[in-house]
Order: sequence, then C-alpha cells, then structure tokens
Amino acid sequence: MDAQRAGMNAYEFFVDPSRCIGCRACVAACAECDTHRGVSMIHVDYIDRPNSIATTPMVCMHCVEPTCALVCPADAIKQGEDGIVRSALKPRCIACSNCVLACPFGIPTVHVGPELMMKCDMCYDRTSAGLRPMCATVCPSQALTFGPPEVIAKQRLAVATNDFRFGREHVKTKVFMMAPASERVIAVDVEDYMEKGADGPEGWIVDEA
Amino acid sequence: MAKPPLRIEDLARGYGPHLNYEPPGGWSEASRPPDRLVKTHCSFCGMQCGIQLKVRDEKVVGFEPWEEFPFNHGMLCPKGVKRYLQGTHPDRLLTSLVRTESGFAPIAYDAALDLAARRLTEIKDKYGPDAIAIYGGASMITEKAYVLGKFARVAVGTKNIDYNGRLCMVSAGTAYKLAFGIDRATNPWTDLAAADVVLIAGSNTAECAPITTHYLWQCRERGGKLIVVDPRMTPITRNADLYLPVRPGTDLALFLAMLHVICRDGLVRQAYVDAHTTGFDAVRASVSAWTPDRASKITGVPAAQIEKAAHWIGQTDRAMGLHARGIEHHSKGVENCLAMVNLYLATGNFGREGAGCMMITGQGNGQGGREHGQKADQLPGMRSITDPEHRKYVAGVWGIEPESLPGPGLSAQEIMDAIHRGEIKALLSMCFNPLVSLPDANFTREALSRLEFFGVIDFFLSETAHHADLVLCGSMHEEDEGVVCSAEGRVQKINKAVEPPGDARSDALIICDLAKRLGKEQYFQYQSTREIFEELRVASRGGIADYYGITWERIEDELGVFWPCPEIGHPGTHRLFENGRFYHADGKAHFQTTEWRESGDPLDASFPLFLTTGRVVSHYLSGTQTRRIGPLVEQCPEPRIELHPRLAERHGIVTGDWMRITTRRAAVVAQASVVKTIRPDTVFIPYHWPGRRSANLLTHRTLDPRSKIPEYKVSACRIEKAEPPPDLESWRLEETGWMPRGPA
Repeated sequence: MDAQRAGMNAYEFFVDPSRCIGCRACVAACAECDTHRGVSMIHVDYIDRPNSIATTPMVCMHCVEPTCALVCPADAIKQGEDGIVRSALKPRCIACSNCVLACPFGIPTVHVGPELMMKCDMCYDRTSAGLRPMCATVCPSQALTFGPPEVIAKQRLAVATNDFRFGREHVKTKVFMMAPASERVIAVDVEDYMEKGADGPEGWIVDEA
Repeated sequence: MAKPPLRIEDLARGYGPHLNYEPPGGWSEASRPPDRLVKTHCSFCGMQCGIQLKVRDEKVVGFEPWEEFPFNHGMLCPKGVKRYLQGTHPDRLLTSLVRTESGFAPIAYDAALDLAARRLTEIKDKYGPDAIAIYGGASMITEKAYVLGKFARVAVGTKNIDYNGRLCMVSAGTAYKLAFGIDRATNPWTDLAAADVVLIAGSNTAECAPITTHYLWQCRERGGKLIVVDPRMTPITRNADLYLPVRPGTDLALFLAMLHVICRDGLVRQAYVDAHTTGFDAVRASVSAWTPDRASKITGVPAAQIEKAAHWIGQTDRAMGLHARGIEHHSKGVENCLAMVNLYLATGNFGREGAGCMMITGQGNGQGGREHGQKADQLPGMRSITDPEHRKYVAGVWGIEPESLPGPGLSAQEIMDAIHRGEIKALLSMCFNPLVSLPDANFTREALSRLEFFGVIDFFLSETAHHADLVLCGSMHEEDEGVVCSAEGRVQKINKAVEPPGDARSDALIICDLAKRLGKEQYFQYQSTREIFEELRVASRGGIADYYGITWERIEDELGVFWPCPEIGHPGTHRLFENGRFYHADGKAHFQTTEWRESGDPLDASFPLFLTTGRVVSHYLSGTQTRRIGPLVEQCPEPRIELHPRLAERHGIVTGDWMRITTRRAAVVAQASVVKTIRPDTVFIPYHWPGRRSANLLTHRTLDPRSKIPEYKVSACRIEKAEPPPDLESWRLEETGWMPRGPA
C-alpha cells in the first residue's frame, strides 16, 4: 500500500465531459462515502436535453487560489498542503452561501439539514489510504479519471488544461479539464471571442446612439 | 385459478416494491469496518463487472471497487454501485408463501415442497408431463440453469422448459450457430479498443452495457471511427463519427445495401471468402438489387451515409461490429444478425485483434445460462436436443435411457400461448417475471389466470408471483456459489457472501429437494453447487460450449477462463476463428441469405407511428430488483415517453405533459419528454415497470420464426395528449412505492 500511495502522489484528477454518458455511477458512488452518507457531492447535468443527449459531470476543481475560501466570512474553508480544498468546517460555517455564489464552477452546495456547505474533497479518506477517489474509480466511461498525467497525455486526443479565463479573471485549478488540442486555455466568456483591441471596459460597449 | 389473492395495493403494502435507501443499520453504522470483502461479480447485466461486497455481521452492507479484475478495473454503473441494497431489503421473502382466500400465508419449507410435488404429480398423472412447463432465467448461476434443465427433463419428464433469455439473446444465438457453428461473442472486449472502425447497431451501449463505453472511447482516442445505427441518439452517439438514424424495423435493408456497396466497389476480400466461407455467391446475388437509394427509401437513412458506412468497414482489416436487442427483437431478428455478420465475413474481418462482429449479451448470465440446458432446444455443452449422438451422450452422463429424454419443447412465449389455450396446466417459474417482460401483458395476465397450478421460486414477490399458488423462498445472487459466463465468453466465479436468510434456501437445493419428492432422488445427489459444476464439466465435454478444462480454482487463479476450454491444460479461447477455422463440421463460416419483409405489426392510417421500447441505465429488465432500490428509482422513477418536437407540436404536447400511446392491444398513459434525439416518426418508452405503466401492454406477440424472439422493438401506434390519471397518487404508490418530493 505504501508503494501504491507513493506512486499515487503523482496522480492527478482529469474531467473529460465529452466522454460522459450521464449514467450517474459517480453520483451513486459518491453518496456511499462515510463522511456524507447518502448525499452526493458530484453534479451530473444534461447540457441541453431537448436538443442533445450530452451530459457533463462536475467535481470540485480545487482552485489554486480558491474563490470560495477567499469570500468566506467565517474562514471556514481550508486548503490543505496537498492543494485539496476541503468542505467547510462545521463549527465555523454559517451557511451564508457566499461560496455558492462566488464559485466560478458552481460546485459548493449549502445543505439545509446540517446548515453546512459541503463539496467534493477528492475522497481525502481514500487518496490518503492509497486508493483512487471513488467517482474516478467507478466511472465506466472514464470521463472522470485519476491517474498519471503522462499516461493521460499519451492515451487521449484531448489535452489536459487547468487554466481557465472567466473574462479577465484567471483561475488555475488542481483538477484538469480535457479540452480540444487547440484550446490550451478554456475561456468561458463571450468577451474572449470578440475582436482584438476591444478589451477595455468601455471598448466593447455598443454605442446605442 | 392463479389470480392474485388480494388487490394489487394490498399486496404492495405487504411485499412492495418498497424503496431501500440505506445500508443495514443506517448510515451511522456505515463507518464501522466490514468483517470481510468478498470478491464476486455484479448481479445485473452481461458485463459481469468484478466487485467486492462488504460483509459485516453476516449481512452485505456495501461495496468496494475490485480494481484488479481485468474486465472493468473497478468501474461500475449505478446499478452495480447500489446492488448491495437488495440483500437486506425489507421486501426480501423470508419464508415460502401459499395462496389463501385472504392473501398469502407463510408455509414451512417441507410443507411447501410437499404441496408443489403433490400438485405437479396430480397434473402430470391427469394430463401428461408436457402439461407442466418450467421457466428459468439468465440471472442465475450456470449450475442452477444446468440443474433446472435436468430437473425438467429427468424429474418432471416435460419437454417444455425455456428461459427468459428467449427475450434476449436467441436471435443472435440462432444466427451465430447458422453462420459460425458457435453461439458466443467472437472477440474479447479489449479488441474493441484496437479496431479502426466499430459499427454499433441497435445497442444503447452506454445505458445497457456501460463498461463497454470505455473500450469504445479508447478506440476513438486511437483514431478509430464509431458508427451508430439507431432510431434514437443514445448517449454513445455523442461521439459517433457517423450516425445512421434508421427507421425501426428496417435494419435489414440497411445491411443489405451496405453489402451491395461492398460488392459493387470491390471491397470483398475474395481470398478470405474463398478459403474460409461457403455460400457467398448466393448472398452476393441477393444484394444486387439492394442499391443504397432503394434502402434509403425504406430506412430513412441518406444513401450517401449508407455508402460511407460500407466504405469505412470495407476499407480496413480491423473492423468490428456490435449488436444488441435493437436489431434482434424483431420478427426478422435472426436475418438482421446474419446480414450484419455477412458484412464482416465478406470483408474478412474475423479472427484478428480488432476484427469481429459480436452480440452484446444482455443478462448477467445470458451467455452461460443458455449453454447448458434450460433452453428448449439445447442440452448441456450447447448440444442439440434433436441430435441422436448428443442425446445419447447427455443421457449417459445423467444415467438415463436416451429414449426417456424429452425432445425439443416450446419457447417462452409459446409456453404462455399454450397456457392461454389451456394445453399447459402447470407452470414452475424461477428467476422470470413474464407479466412485465413478455409482450402483450394483458394476454399474459389472462393466461396466468388459467393455470391449475403456478409455483414460483424467487426472493422478492414479483408482479408475476402475485398470481402464484405457491412461492418457494429462494436465494439471491450473493447467497450462491457458482459460475457465470460474461458477454465476452469469460467464465467467472460468483462467490457466496452470506447465507440465505430466514427460511430461504439455495435455489439449487430447492430444485433437488423437489426432484426427490418427485421420486427422482438418485439423479440429484448433489451436496453442493460445486458438485453440480463437476457434473456440468463432464456433460459439456466434447460439446461446442466445452467447459471440461475449467475448474472453480482455475477461474479464481486466472480471473476467468474463456470457453471452449476442452482440457485442464488448455488456455481457453479468448478470440474465436483465429486460425480461420469456424465451428461447422467443414470448418467454414456459412453465409446465409436473408430476405426483406415488413414487421409483424405494420403501420396504417389508425396507427401511423412506430413505437420502440428499451431500457434506462438505472434499471434492470423487469425491475424486480432495481425498482426496490431507492437511489436507482430516484434516478428514473417512472417511464417517460420520448418524442421529437416536430411530432409533439402536432399534438400540442410539451415536456412534462401527460400523453397516451395506443396500439392494437392497449393504451398506456405517461409523461412526455420532448427531445430532438429521436426520429420524428417514432416514440420510445422504457419497459421496466408493471401495471398500467407497463410498456409491454403495448407490444405484440409476433415471433421470429426461427429464434422465437418477440418483436419488442417495433409496434404500430398512435399518440394523443392526455389528462393525468385521476388516481395519480395511489397509482404511483402502488406500482412504484415512489412519490415526487415536494419543495423542501
């Protein structure tokens, strides 16, 4: 187990939405965890069911500078040395939902019963014991994968990126997203696709006159 | 009169379906470590994923992925993840039950056996042995399937035994026996990843065989192309390089036109055809009139796309095909499979890594369950029940005279037809829920009510068991030890995690105890399922499905053994036809001609639309198990009717509206899901539910003349907007135990 654990230190988590078949094995398996018992920390959504069967899974991306922690007024969200951003600490969390609103990926959820923000902690209980996170272990399409980056690079057409741009906000994450080989940075704002030189706050505002 | 003794709602109160959400003892117990992990396989589909069951205090309390198992490497679908919730389910039968005036009453095991034996004997004496029919199932370990076949033929003496695989694998099996002389998938699943082109026809692979997805995605990562043939875009289609939206019931025309293109454009591998096949000239002649234009009019697939698909397969020596119930559940299901196989024979795509054409077996032991004797026309080892040599061999193993061995019996639907006609008077059913799974459910219900004796062996009281006179309390998957054969042809070991609870017994023991009471004790002297397996090895020896070289120890050591495996030292057969030898006596593959014909329930002005049925990822077959597992029910609580917005608009239907589907048999009301992922001339409804929401109220009993599979995949229907059922709440609770959760 020690050798396995040592090897696993070099493993990273990869999300490839294009592989997702919407089966929710990850959701079912996540809910089996001892720490959140019957409640899943993973979101699987149809992107646009009327028009497509495409689905996408979302786990916590574990931002290098986690916005959720930055906006938390109770200092309840901690990041470990391993880069994992933990669920809110129960004694501190005031269930204010700041993190829910601020997270660029829509991950944290405030649970009504315990009045607590809960989210994916990348199966800390399993990874610390030399086991892969539960969702990535069971995922039958390997849309969620936990493995060595060099193997992923060799076996996949898509390229792993952890660099996101929300307008002018840059977010780096521990978890990687598989993107088309041409897209090393994932931009999710219309602004990013507009004409060059139009990046000033006023530059792109259409003159209504 | 085998009618339910109580109203359905009263039965539901006692026997479910209730929904189980939590492990035994609740979540607060979940952090206590298990006493042991038992390596076994999932109880559901033909993927037969390796899984470890957590056992604590002699109860199955959870699961742990089994990453070393080479097929699935720990991967599971939601059914596999939640399967453990069935073991300690409140609906689990703990005693046998006998029907009384006021409902079911517990009956002691011995008294139940006495009753079953007395009734079967009375009916046999009065009407003859063939008035008794036996139903088996393909979720059972192979040892049980084997002993049930022997029970029918030796203890009861009836020819009428068949199984629910008749609704699943028989079109493919019949076709493969005709073409190859063997009924098994041709390649291991790793070959899918090595193919240049994979054509999937009639398979909702991502939902019904989820682990296959990873192999297909690996193929695409390598640059392989994926072709999907289906009236619906199922999840696997999201990465298809070519999608052919075939009209239901017209796959055959598509395949004929593809072979036409392959012949026309010089893509036939003539050297392979000459060396390893027979009958190609007749097939070539039979497709000469099948131009892509002609097929396009029938199938609704553009001619250019038919040409492209044919070229992709014809231009590589690493083409694979996968097919499932979508092309097999037809009155020309055998022809559909044969015509698809012909594409791969003509292009020489067999017997190599990444080359082959194979069925995806649906049920957990769909493969093993049909090889060794619960199928109406087969004896152990995939032997023929009409071949004098085969009969003599098996009779010798069993210690009976070949003349006393009954001949071929009726198939599953034909048995129900004969019950309806009053020719079959008694039915003993194990691991089969025909009221939900056979077509034309009102007919099935009527037939069941005409039985003079109906005995069921099961662990939940299924909707079919509501009609039973006697329910013998049998064993669950995790309470038996034995083998199954996966979709790949890999024989795997099912390990016992716990003992049957209460007064439940191993199914195999029940069968043997019943045989004793029928005076045939000498033929059923097994102390364990291992002893049954040892006899099965010998009974299969020299047959096509030869297990002689397989032992329980080898399976455990080697993580599965692929049959045929004729000797202990034999490595097993991962890939068929590697040396160009097929399993017919002449060593060749036999091309079979196929003739186009319409489906058995044609469209007309009153029924102008196609209805097709299928499955969803969170439920398994008739739902006896999965409709009792809370998280799986939450994922898909009720059937939804899929239809295209163009069709929906004509009827003023939007998503969430209630709508009615009417066929020549019945009508079903359910809510609509308006999606662009289905042909506008087709509606779809999944079939896992009983009662008024049963899709099989709508389907018809037309059978393939050779495989006897019902034509589930195409019926004629009409639709209209409808009011919600006036008794919606009680309806939901009775039939599903589920209610939508209100706002928090």
